[in-house]
Amino acid sequence: MSQAIHHDEHYDAEGSKIAMWLFIFTELLLFGGLFIIYSVYRYLNQDAFHLAAEELNTTIGAINTVILLVSSMTIAMSTSALQKRQKGTTLLLLGITLFLGLVFLVNKYFEWGVKFEHGIFPGSEHMTENLSQGEILFFGLYFVMTGLHALHIIIGMIIIGVTVAKVSSGKVHADRSALLENSGLYWHLVDLIWIFLFPLFYLIH
Amino acid sequence: MQASSHIPHDVSYLEYKGKHNGLLSWILSTDHKRIGLLYMYSMMTLFLVGVVLGLAMKFELIAPGKTIMDAQDYNAVFTVHGVIMIFMIVVPGLPAVFGNFLLPIMIGAKDVAFPKLNLASWYVYIAGALLVIASLLFGDGSPDTGWTFYAPYSFKTGANMLPAIFGAFVLGFSSILTGLNFIVTIHRMRAPGMGWTKMPLFPWTLYGTAWIQLLATPVVGITLVLVALERIFGIGVFDPALGGDPILYQHLFWIYSHPAVYIMILPAMGAISEVIPTFSQKHVFGYKAIVASTMAIAFVGYFVWGHHMFTSGMSGTAQYTFSILTFLVAIPSAIKVFNWISTMYKGSINVQTPFYWAASFIFVFMIGGLSGLVLGALATDVYVHDTAFVVAHFHFIVFGGVGFAFFAAIHYWFPKMFGRMYDSLWANVGWIIFFIGFLALYSPMFYLGMQGMPRRYYDYLEQFHAANILSTLGSWVMTLGLVIIIINLFRSAKSGPIAGKNPWNGKTLEWTVPSPPPVENFETIPVYHEKDGPYEY
Ligand SMILES: [Cu+2]
Repeated sequence: MSQAIHHDEHYDAEGSKIAMWLFIFTELLLFGGLFIIYSVYRYLNQDAFHLAAEELNTTIGAINTVILLVSSMTIAMSTSALQKRQKGTTLLLLGITLFLGLVFLVNKYFEWGVKFEHGIFPGSEHMTENLSQGEILFFGLYFVMTGLHALHIIIGMIIIGVTVAKVSSGKVHADRSALLENSGLYWHLVDLIWIFLFPLFYLIH
Repeated sequence: MQASSHIPHDVSYLEYKGKHNGLLSWILSTDHKRIGLLYMYSMMTLFLVGVVLGLAMKFELIAPGKTIMDAQDYNAVFTVHGVIMIFMIVVPGLPAVFGNFLLPIMIGAKDVAFPKLNLASWYVYIAGALLVIASLLFGDGSPDTGWTFYAPYSFKTGANMLPAIFGAFVLGFSSILTGLNFIVTIHRMRAPGMGWTKMPLFPWTLYGTAWIQLLATPVVGITLVLVALERIFGIGVFDPALGGDPILYQHLFWIYSHPAVYIMILPAMGAISEVIPTFSQKHVFGYKAIVASTMAIAFVGYFVWGHHMFTSGMSGTAQYTFSILTFLVAIPSAIKVFNWISTMYKGSINVQTPFYWAASFIFVFMIGGLSGLVLGALATDVYVHDTAFVVAHFHFIVFGGVGFAFFAAIHYWFPKMFGRMYDSLWANVGWIIFFIGFLALYSPMFYLGMQGMPRRYYDYLEQFHAANILSTLGSWVMTLGLVIIIINLFRSAKSGPIAGKNPWNGKTLEWTVPSPPPVENFETIPVYHEKDGPYEY
């Protein structure tokens, strides 16, 4: 970047944290739109939503919830490890976070796969012929919302990957830790959204 | 900040090239001033496309029956006209061009908080624009839903909707990033001593706008994604055949798109609030009232979306609640009008081109605003809903409001941006022709709507002929004015007389730096003292 020379010197940790919080607001509103749609249709189709929710595998959902909670903890620990200037521990904890994110996605893959085998996916013949409109809406929302959430997991993993590279090259360190803190914030957001998705789809019957 | 010494202070942003030459020195530049001009040139190109489509529509309506296009082409033309004008010009317009160029200078900063993100926003904007344009060139016919993409037609039509919907989503993303950048810039980078009550009014409106961009755009983003998914997979949320509710689409769409009207109009009001004190040579009347009304508009604007849906099917309670709230949001807008008029009162008014534009802005904005009350009232809305009356109201606000403010702003800040003065005579001639053309183009539509002519039809009954001829003639006159204005500005940017630092005797910070400003804006960051303020005449 040609004229970036003078800007590169501008480093405002507080400013980039504000920016991350603002971005998190936009993400919450993005899912907020979906939560509104969910509540409207749940209110209109209570029995069908009840019936459809029983199709979901609560065990896999619960395992994935625990996985995300633990990964939130490991990324928080990596931030304090960086403050204590323990670069190796920081990288290890970030690696564990990435691994847990991957496990979550693999679980999700198998969970969706089973649904597909049973003919439950948007636009399938089985759904339009055998399921009520309320159930179709439930599964439509289930795939959109968990799919969008999985996309956020992937984005979060990319951000963490970049952070790992910058920590190991020494560009992110104890006195310049905004990137790590921001990827931590983002990961907590992804976790938080799941904390809402899990009961809405798996637990409320 | 030590690296500042690399860039000499006597080189303007237009001359300084950095590492690259030619086009690259622009499209790789993270300088907020160059990015502002990048937006300006891209928007001008897209605007001309939108104007040509508008002219085509008006030409079609010069006589009943088919003139130059059939119904399907007409549907495509008004859709693309709307998508380009709304999502690419009016929503991002003033913040992306003048906000980028002036926000850092007006608050005494060297750049925005995140210069690279700022440049990235422009690329996202261009990507969105290209996607929308791709929907015209490839696939099975241009989008024909209108810019609102109403369900269920938007996923039933055979036209090439996906790139247009996705393009609108991407453009929204660009708008979010710009808003985020501006909020952080305003919070973190104001000059020492510039408290919130000393910030000029244009940055204040950018601040309010940025919050709306941030909090409203994601809702339309997810709504558009759902329409796209509905088209591809048939998930059912808006499809009545699968249990979904198309009215819910309208709610979610307008939850964004009504506040979007304020994304458009707030920075326009901000620009007018800068022009009027400068050309009245007087402290702005009721600074705090203007700031408070800005934030009030931004806030109340969230809760009025239902006024677009009075005829769509809503409970009576919802209808009159939305109607009352719509009337409430008119109050802060009226406060601003009174503030501008009171600022002129007993001022020493310097009648120059920007002032003409600002004064005519107030005139057309009031017509647009008052006709909005006709649409916000339940009984009259049912009568004029989906008629040409709505089109007239909308264009008086969005083109009359935002467009006139844009021209006021470009004629006001032009000497700062290019370091040259334009030819005032031609600028004034362009303004008066444009103004007359504008009134001739849109005023007849109020009458036509009252007489019952529906909007979005390529054909009409013989009884509407006379007023439509006047409207079409107006579109030609207005375009003539537009051509004069643009040619004058282009010629002057190249060869106009050199303008000084402060040709209008303005008091805000941008008039304290050379014209055109140096790369880093300020040699030393200005400091505001107790008695300083943005409008101390
Ligand atoms: Cu509205």
